[in-house]
Amino acid sequence: MSETSSTNGATALLEFRQVNTHYGAVHILKDVDLAIYPGELVCLLGGNASGKSTTLKTLLGMVTPTSGEVVLDGEVVNDKPTSYRVINGVTMVPENRRLFKRLSVKENLELGAYLRNDKDGIAEDLEKIYDLFPRVKERLSQKSGTLSGGEQQMVAIGRALMSRPRVLLMDEPSMGLAPALVQQNFELIQQIHADGMAIFMVEQNANMALSIADRGWVLQTGRVVLDDTADALMANPELRASYLGEG
Amino acid sequence: MSTLTAPMPSSALDQDWKKVLRWGLICGGALIALCLVGMPVELDRREIIERYLSLGYVSVVLVPIAIGWVSASQVVLEGFESRKQGLFDLVTGLVVGVIGGGLLSLLMVALDSWNLRDPLVNWSPKLFRFLTYENGMGFGAGAWIVTCGVLGLAGASLHVMPRAVRRIVGIVTLGLLSLSVLEEAVSDVSEGFGLEWLTDLIYAKKGGLTLTSTIVVGAVMVVIAALTNGRVKAVTNRYRDMEGVERQKASIILFAVVAVLCIVLPMFLGKIMNELLANVGLFLLLALGLNIVVGLAGLLDLGYVAFFAVGGYTTAVLTSPNSPWFAPELHFGFSLIFVVIFAIIVGLVIGAPVIRMRGDYLAIVTLGFGEIIRLLFMSDWLGPYFGGAQGITNVPGVDLGFATVKGTDPRSVFYLVLFFCVIAIYVSWRLQASRLGRAWMAIREDEQVAEAMGINTVSAKLMAFVVGAVLAAFSGAVLVAKVGSVFPTSFMILISIIILVVVIVGGMGNIAGVMVGSFVLIGVLGGPKQPGLLQEFQNFKLLIYGMLLVFMMLKRPEGLVPSARRSRELHQDEFLQDAWLKGDKPGIDDDADDEDAAPVPVGDGGGEEE
Repeated sequence: MSETSSTNGATALLEFRQVNTHYGAVHILKDVDLAIYPGELVCLLGGNASGKSTTLKTLLGMVTPTSGEVVLDGEVVNDKPTSYRVINGVTMVPENRRLFKRLSVKENLELGAYLRNDKDGIAEDLEKIYDLFPRVKERLSQKSGTLSGGEQQMVAIGRALMSRPRVLLMDEPSMGLAPALVQQNFELIQQIHADGMAIFMVEQNANMALSIADRGWVLQTGRVVLDDTADALMANPELRASYLGEG
Repeated sequence: MSTLTAPMPSSALDQDWKKVLRWGLICGGALIALCLVGMPVELDRREIIERYLSLGYVSVVLVPIAIGWVSASQVVLEGFESRKQGLFDLVTGLVVGVIGGGLLSLLMVALDSWNLRDPLVNWSPKLFRFLTYENGMGFGAGAWIVTCGVLGLAGASLHVMPRAVRRIVGIVTLGLLSLSVLEEAVSDVSEGFGLEWLTDLIYAKKGGLTLTSTIVVGAVMVVIAALTNGRVKAVTNRYRDMEGVERQKASIILFAVVAVLCIVLPMFLGKIMNELLANVGLFLLLALGLNIVVGLAGLLDLGYVAFFAVGGYTTAVLTSPNSPWFAPELHFGFSLIFVVIFAIIVGLVIGAPVIRMRGDYLAIVTLGFGEIIRLLFMSDWLGPYFGGAQGITNVPGVDLGFATVKGTDPRSVFYLVLFFCVIAIYVSWRLQASRLGRAWMAIREDEQVAEAMGINTVSAKLMAFVVGAVLAAFSGAVLVAKVGSVFPTSFMILISIIILVVVIVGGMGNIAGVMVGSFVLIGVLGGPKQPGLLQEFQNFKLLIYGMLLVFMMLKRPEGLVPSARRSRELHQDEFLQDAWLKGDKPGIDDDADDEDAAPVPVGDGGGEEE
């Protein structure tokens, strides 16, 4: 692999170079190459047990690759802990939102900024999130477990934004949401993206994901089988057959 | 505006017989279980009202009253107009009581005909005599059926009488009962204030209230209850409605009052009460530590007693001249440094391997470690160092220069314990609001996500273990200085469990709750070996603990004192409901005040269709 495998000249923000991972003896990711560039909206598609969640965990440092390199801003971060990656701009919005249910909305947001020490900056970012989600502001002292699904999604995204990320990893953002909310949710993602945030989205809802993404990968049993622009993937007959329910 | 009406019974006999039968069976079952546990017979010796009523009969009599009350209570459904309670409910209570009494009579018949003493220890002629008032079978059976029926009726009638009357009846009954049951404590306190003449007047020589004093004290209580009616509630409501600075002020005043009481009161108390307070303090210290581990960090540690033991043994070895292997005879204060060091080491040693486990697995492994530590201290292998089963004796008290704290002077022990409790409360309070405290709560809620937020979960969890360990070790150190000796048998697994019950019953993750919990459980019921205010119930303590735990889990899982956070939320829910009702159904709004004009502050129904 070349040092900076770039498609448009810039350095990748977050990158996988020939990554392999194992759970015990089981081989999960097999020679995976990925690259996320600043300001991009990319998506990773794949069925159950294809290695999507492992990819996210490896990007975030909760799983260590057995071989290959995870590269953040040109630096190999294989051995760095999650906290290092969060400080340097990688944050995840977990699957099913998973808020700290018995803590208040405010506390959830503050925990997103757990590793930050700049009080003023945190207050400023809180205000930004209130602007983005006025409804969240109305519920600050409420226990987050009592919010509706859509509101929880807002808090989950808000919590992730509180760490001032440069790339947002989203694990199945549309899972468990009512159809009307899925649309709203994708609009929200686009809105955040429009502000310049790089977004890496793992989705089963391929149609919706590809409609807003720039590029995408398809993962099958731990191997990247397709790597193309979103439009090309949309047009790919194989993909249409297996993911978009046509065929 | 149409309000739905609950289905009305057409007559008093139009009962839900299935429900009545069920409660009747529960009543009978509870009565029989109580008898076979042996509570009535054992407590029969203790007089409540001289010659007329013993604690044994009280324990039986309370069952049909309580179940009569419960069976006749109606579920108020939201949106339904609730039924006015009356004859219908009285019949429910009566029938439930009669069924319960009938079952008790069946027990009497069985007692008379078979001998099941082998499996059931309390299946004795004594129980039979107790139940029949020594007047023969027929009389006993008839009397209990009638009595239980009347008591069930009495329980149900509590729903029918006006609120004020109900309150007076409750206060007088509970007041007289506690005055009589707590005779020893009351005497002890009044002695300290020089009021012996009063207690001599109230109590009979053999124990229990005299009939005259019952009537007089009862009358006084009626007057007090009538006078205070509604006031107490008004004060608590006012406190609850306060916000911000005002509430803070009130809290500080409340805190100051408690602090002054803690310092001044023991001076007037006798040995028994001071001993009791010291025990409450020791367990409070343990409970505060466990509260950090379980309540804040969510790590279910069932081997918590291990750290208690480490504190105790460290102090004993370092201060006692009788320590078998190494006896530097340090001063207590100096040995505390080593107590902290060893507590941290043991906390890390036990914590490190188990910290990656979750939930049930963590509980089981810590349970094992708790036993291992105790068995190590007991073992022949470490016998030469820690004295094995003989333990270490002759531990000196704490020499403070101007006074010596030792077990024979429980007042001084209490002050020492108070000192450590104040430290523990301050530390817990500061930690709760700290970054580490927030990390603990995040881990408790969702460990994986906490990790993804960048929280170092391993070190945060180890910190919880270590802080808890140090507090428990302090408690152990004070215990050993108080008792003057240390034995492996002082550190049974039961202690871990009782402390956990204290934390759960009081209110997990909440300092005030833990304080109330340890006072109610250790102070009133008593610790594993320490007598509480209700000394008569000594043998049934664990039974009561268990019942209390089950009751709390079902009815009030947030504990006796719900945390401030929780009560705020409950308030908010009500507020939201009010706002919603006002916003969408103006017809229901009958208290038209200026709030009406303002826009609904928080709309729940408004945004849903976005």
